[in-house]
Order: sequence, then structure tokens, then C-alpha cells
Amino acid sequence: MGLVLLAVIWLITLASTYFFVAKTWWFPHGASASTAALDHQFAVTIIIMGIIFVAAQMTLGYFVWKYGDDKKSGARADYSHGNLTLEIVWTTLTAILFVGLNLLGSPIWAAERFRPAVEGATQVEVTAMQFAWYFRYPGPDGKFGIAKPELEDPSAGGEAALGLDPADPASKDDVVTGVMEVPVGREVEVILRAHDVIHSFFVPAMRFKQDAVPGLAIHMHFTPIETGSYEIACAELCGLGHYKMHGILKVVSQDEFDKWLAAREAEKQ
Amino acid sequence: MVAQDSHQHAAPQGFIRKWVFSLDHKVIGLQYYFLALSAVFVGMFLSLLMRIHLIWPTAILPLIGEIKPETYLTLVTMHGTIMVFFVLTTAPQGGFGNYFLPIQIGAPDMAFPVLNMLSFWTTFVAYIVMLAAFFVVGGAPLHGWTGYAPLSALQSAGPGEGLGADLWITSIAIFCIASLMGALNFITTTLDMRAKGMSMMRMPLTCWSWFITAILGLLAFGVLLSAGILLLMDRNIGTSFFLPLGTINGQLTGHKGGSPLLWQHLFWFFGHPEVYIAILPGMGVASQVLSTFSRKPIFGYKAMVYAMLSIGLLGFMVWGHHMFMSGMSPYTAFAFSIMTMAIGVPSAIKTFNWLGTLHKGRIRFQSPMLFAIGFVSLFVSGGLSGPFLAQPALDIPLHDTAFVPGHFHLIMGVAAIFGIFAATYYWFPKMFGRMMNEKLARIHFFLTLIGTYCVFMPMHYLGLAGQPRRYSQLTELNYLHPLIGLNTFMTYAAIVTVAAQLIFVFNLFWSMLKGPKASDNPWEATTLEWTTATPPPHDNFGGRTPVVHNGPYEYSVPGAPRDFVMQTDPAAVTAH
Repeated sequence: MGLVLLAVIWLITLASTYFFVAKTWWFPHGASASTAALDHQFAVTIIIMGIIFVAAQMTLGYFVWKYGDDKKSGARADYSHGNLTLEIVWTTLTAILFVGLNLLGSPIWAAERFRPAVEGATQVEVTAMQFAWYFRYPGPDGKFGIAKPELEDPSAGGEAALGLDPADPASKDDVVTGVMEVPVGREVEVILRAHDVIHSFFVPAMRFKQDAVPGLAIHMHFTPIETGSYEIACAELCGLGHYKMHGILKVVSQDEFDKWLAAREAEKQ
Repeated sequence: MVAQDSHQHAAPQGFIRKWVFSLDHKVIGLQYYFLALSAVFVGMFLSLLMRIHLIWPTAILPLIGEIKPETYLTLVTMHGTIMVFFVLTTAPQGGFGNYFLPIQIGAPDMAFPVLNMLSFWTTFVAYIVMLAAFFVVGGAPLHGWTGYAPLSALQSAGPGEGLGADLWITSIAIFCIASLMGALNFITTTLDMRAKGMSMMRMPLTCWSWFITAILGLLAFGVLLSAGILLLMDRNIGTSFFLPLGTINGQLTGHKGGSPLLWQHLFWFFGHPEVYIAILPGMGVASQVLSTFSRKPIFGYKAMVYAMLSIGLLGFMVWGHHMFMSGMSPYTAFAFSIMTMAIGVPSAIKTFNWLGTLHKGRIRFQSPMLFAIGFVSLFVSGGLSGPFLAQPALDIPLHDTAFVPGHFHLIMGVAAIFGIFAATYYWFPKMFGRMMNEKLARIHFFLTLIGTYCVFMPMHYLGLAGQPRRYSQLTELNYLHPLIGLNTFMTYAAIVTVAAQLIFVFNLFWSMLKGPKASDNPWEATTLEWTTATPPPHDNFGGRTPVVHNGPYEYSVPGAPRDFVMQTDPAAVTAH
């Protein structure tokens, strides 16, 4: 029985580890400036945790086999209540390891979340509602017009869905789209809002995720470094259409972006 | 101690007083256990439907019909709620804790037998109210077991958010009241009802785990109860605790000024300690069983006690790690993150000590031991994905992906269930006077161990690839298409694992009726429940009061006539 247990535990361990090492299922290709640091921190964590995982499971399997009662010798188990030195050693080691790992990851978090977006970042207001994403650009005046909940009309789409107040001069040149387009190589400042329930703006390729919460305007930033088309998912349960609340983020050259935005402006007039 | 005399009550005669409204902690323990057993099959059946729907979204199931996206989310919600409250909280603590805490400390009953009966029947009412949510207009709620507002607070937020959601939150509130009563009883019993010689540091680790779990319950369930009442008020009488100015489909909700994050803080202030409420008793049982079947004293008894105490204490300071992506201040993440990492330390101590217990043991591979070994393996696997999620930076890609359910299912789901299985196989002879079938138990063990790993380990891979949680279909996002193959494998594994549980149920009921008669101490164990008759008499020790002379895990003591020294054996063990 001990040998069977050893075989099963070792096999489970090796199979589980294999797929992490082989990266059979892995993060999508990262196309943002934060990818390198985040993926590195993940790699450090998984190497440390992987070593502990394999060592602990292998030891468990080995002990179970090695110390199985063969019932032949009639010998007794070792009478020991433990070992204080060992306890102190492994307590200290795990404490150093876990706290160290935490400190290692902290600067990445700080870089992502502690500072506001840089001056001159592309501003996009991202609004979530059951079950769609709307994207708003401030237009040439650089100001977002006032949106009022009582004016919201999702069935009309576009500006009306956001409840944009036509009486506010700042709203005149605001551009509202269903696809998020941003220029490559420049920081993007997203201002996250939600009308109804909590949603979460998740762009796996940008290594970006942030909840959109009704009543809050959450300012976040990321920097796309490769052009392309990336899928946006909703990561917070928001109701029956949660699974199909997706969108597209298009990262294009600055030129293309300027032209695209100008064309959207022109459509408005 | 002195308090015991007043707690003797005569054995009841009629069926109703003996088996239904019983004051006997053993009967109440069995009532809790069978409630949890029925709940675990409901919860498991719901999860099976979820796995089937993910792979065959358009399948028409017999009796159930087509599963719509909103139906899928009610399955998600009810699976989580029923499993967490009515299985993982109910079976280890209400079931085994009730049955064995008094016996293991040498008491004739719990401190407050009437309160004990009341807490079970209140739990029962909560369970019925929860199940009723399936059958009302609109069905059960779809807001997930975490019930995040505003989704859970607005009737118009989706199907099931009407009466179904009211019943859901009412049931949880009733459950909280029941758990508070239970917690008071456990704490008082542990502190006041111990037999002569049963010092705190001679208690079996199971008793420590139930005691600490009860303290967590006392502090956590009150907060959830308050949150639940506030949510009911938001839903029904127009308050705005969790609701800011907002709209649903363009219609103003009529609420303003509230905070959705307040719900999350209150919920997780309960929710994280709840994780330890589910797993601590499993740690206790694993320690008890590993020591017994290794024929060795537990390695580092004191370290085990202090580790559980520090897990309990730290458990109240980490709730924010569920909220790194919620929009709360990013600065708080530092504190929550470091506290969470700190919990890894006592958890590691426990693992080292379990391995230390096996080291140089004489391991007997009977069914309780198999599940205890499985518990350790699952605890390691589920525990080690914790330090990923504890880092806020890594939560950016991983939060709310399948990585999270992979993590918590292994540790608080499957590991805790393995604790329940180990406890069932271990104490079955004492509870029912018969032995369970070992062959069936082994088949059950291996199928369940391999099956659950095949279901939950791949969830980590899916999480890395970005598969979000709680998606009823994987067809909408293009990047999810390559993951459908792995998801199909998991569904087949789930079907096998669920089928394996039928072996367990058959073994349980068949052995109750037909199993070979058990002796008073079939495992040659040392704690007090093995000193009394099988099954124990109404007052547990047949009029005697046990006197304790030894620690709980005196195995293979050199020079002792047998390889175990009962806690009541007068032969003093001096070597410590």
C-alpha cells in the first residue's frame, strides 16, 4: 500500500509540474510595458513554490513508503515529541522566504498603482454596463463633458447610453465608441466607471485588470508596446450576460490613431 | 470539573425526544452530519451540472431541460453557498465537533444542551429556506456565493434577484444565528467541562481545532449577520448602505450615497475567517489520525497549537487580499499582502510537523490514514498557490480567473472534505458500532484523490491562460477556444469523481447495517472516546467520570506494555 501511495503521489506531482514547466497553458503573449516585470515576478514565485511543492510531495510519498508497517519486525515507532531546533529553523526560513517574496513583488505593485498617469497620457473613459463596454475620448478640448444618470438611454447607444449632457459645452466634442483604440508606446489613462453593478476591465495581453464600481471613477494606467488587436473580458460577475461582455482593444500607430479619432470627430458634426 | 454535575440529564425514552428534538450532543452531531451529507450531494450535483453545461452548452438534460446562462449562475451561487455553509461549516464542526468534543474532553454533554438542540434546528430551518430559493418565481439568485452589491442588492439586476435572493440572504442570516449559538456552546464546553487532569495542553488537537474554530465563528458570523440585515434593508425598505446613485438598463435605481465596497469589506471580514472555519477542524483530524496510524506522538504538539492559534488570529487581518482589484486604496494592499504571506508560516509549520510525525513511524494504511495522507498532499498543493494570490501585483493577471477557484477548491474544498472523510472512516466504528468496508474505502480514496486533482489542478492552468471565473460559456471570447479541450477533460474527471462518491455512500449505509461489529478501540488509539463503550452510552462514560493522566498522543512509549498509552492509563509518562 505504501508503494502504491508513493506512486500515486509522485505521479500527481510530476504530471502537475510538467504542465507548468512545459507552459502548455500559459499567459497570452504580453504586449504592455508592465509585462516583463509581472511575468518575472510570477516566474520567481512559481520556481520557489514549485520547488517546495515537489519537495514536500516527494517527501510525503517517500515517508509513506519508507515507514509503512511491514508487520514483520514487530519494532516500534520512534518515540519522539518533536524537535524545537527544527521548528525554529523552518519557521524562520519560511518567514524569510515568504516575506522576502512579498517585498520583491511590492515595487511592481507600487509602479502600477501608486502613481497617477503621466502628463500627456491618452485618456479614455471606460464605462461598463450590463453587458457592454463604452469608450469615451475627451476630444480636442481635452475635457470630458458631464454625464447624468437620469439621461442614460442604453437602447439608443453611443453618447445617449452614457447620459452625456448636450447642454455642457465640454461634451460637444466627446467621442464615444464601442471599440477601444489607443496609440502604441504611449501611456493610456483609463477612467473606469460602472452604471449598474460591478464589472471588471480585464485585458490579459496588457496584464491589466481593474474593477469598475458604480459610484466611483477609478483612474488607472497601462502602456501598450505592441500594435495589434486584443480581447477585453469582464472579470467580475455582473449578471446573466457576464460571459459575453467582451470588447476589443486596438493598439495602432500614433498616426493611425490620430486619423481614426479625427474621423470619429468628423462623423459627429 | 464542578460544572459537570448540573449537566447530567436523564436518557429520553420517546422517539421524538431521543432522535428528533434530542438534547444529546451525539444525536445532534449525527443530525448535523446527515444534514451536511444531504447538502453535499445537492452541492455536488449542482457542480456536475455546471461542468456539463460548460462543455455541452446546448444539451437538453433529462428532467432539467436546457441550462440557460442565468441558470448556470444560479448553479454557481447555490453550489458555493451550500458547500461553504451547509457542508464545510456544518459537518466538521457541527457534526464531528458536537459528537466528539465532549467525549474527548471527558464531559457528559455540551455545556448548554438546549442551546445545542436549538442551534441544530435553526441550521435546519436555514437549510430549508436556502433550498426554497430554487422553487420560487425567478428561481435562485445569480450573484455568486459572495453576493457582491449592487448585483445582490437590486431586484432588477437579473433573474433570481427577486424573492430568490431574499430567501438566500435570509437563510444565511438564520445560519449565522445558529452558528453563533453553536460557537458559544463549543467555547464554554471546552473551557468549563474538561475532566480531571484534562489540561488545555493535554487536549487532542481535534479539540483545539474545534475550540479555535468556535472562537473564529463567534467573531465572524456576527459581522456577516449584520451585513445580511443591511443587505435585506437595501433590497426591501429603500436604504442605501451598499448602493450608490446608479441605474439598471437606464432606469434610476432610486438609491444613492452607499458603497458597494462596504459589502465586500463586511463580507470578507467574515469570509476569510470562514476559510479557516472550514479547514481548521480538518487540520485537527489529520493530526489525530496521522499520529494514531503512524503509531507516533504528534511531532511538535505545542507548535501545532500555536500554529492554529496564529492562523486564527492572522485570519482576521487578511480579508483585504480578496479586494486587491476592487478599487480600494492600493496602499492597504501592502498590509493585507504581508499579513497573508505571514499565514503561510504557521501553515508551513503544520505541514513540516505532519511530515515529522510520519518520519520513523510504523504506518498502518487503514482508510482514515489514507484520507489523512491525502489531506496533507492536498493541503500542500492548495496552500502553495496562496502566495501567488497574496501578492497584489500577481492578482492583476490572476484575480477572478480560474486560478482562484483552483486554489480554494484544493485547500478549503477538497482538503477539508478529505478531513471529513478521514473523520468519517475514523469515528464510524465509535458512532455506529460497526466497521466500514476497507476495500471499498480504498477504491473510494484513490478515485477521489486522483479525480479531484484532475478537476482542480487544471484550473490553475486555465487561470494563467486568462479564463475568467463564473463564465457560463467559453465560446464568446476567442482566446478561450483553445482551453475547451482541457475543460472537457475536467468535466470527465468530475463525472468519475462524483460517481466515486456513490461508493462512499453505499459503504456508509451498508456498513451501518451489515458491517462487522467494532470493538471499543479498533484503531488502538489513545484518546478518551476509545475508553468508553461503542456506541457511547447516553452520558458518554456510563456513570464514570474519566480521569486523565497522559497527553493525547502517547504512542510507542518505550517500556510500555502496548504501543499506545491511553490518556486515562495511570502509568505516568514522564518523558517529554
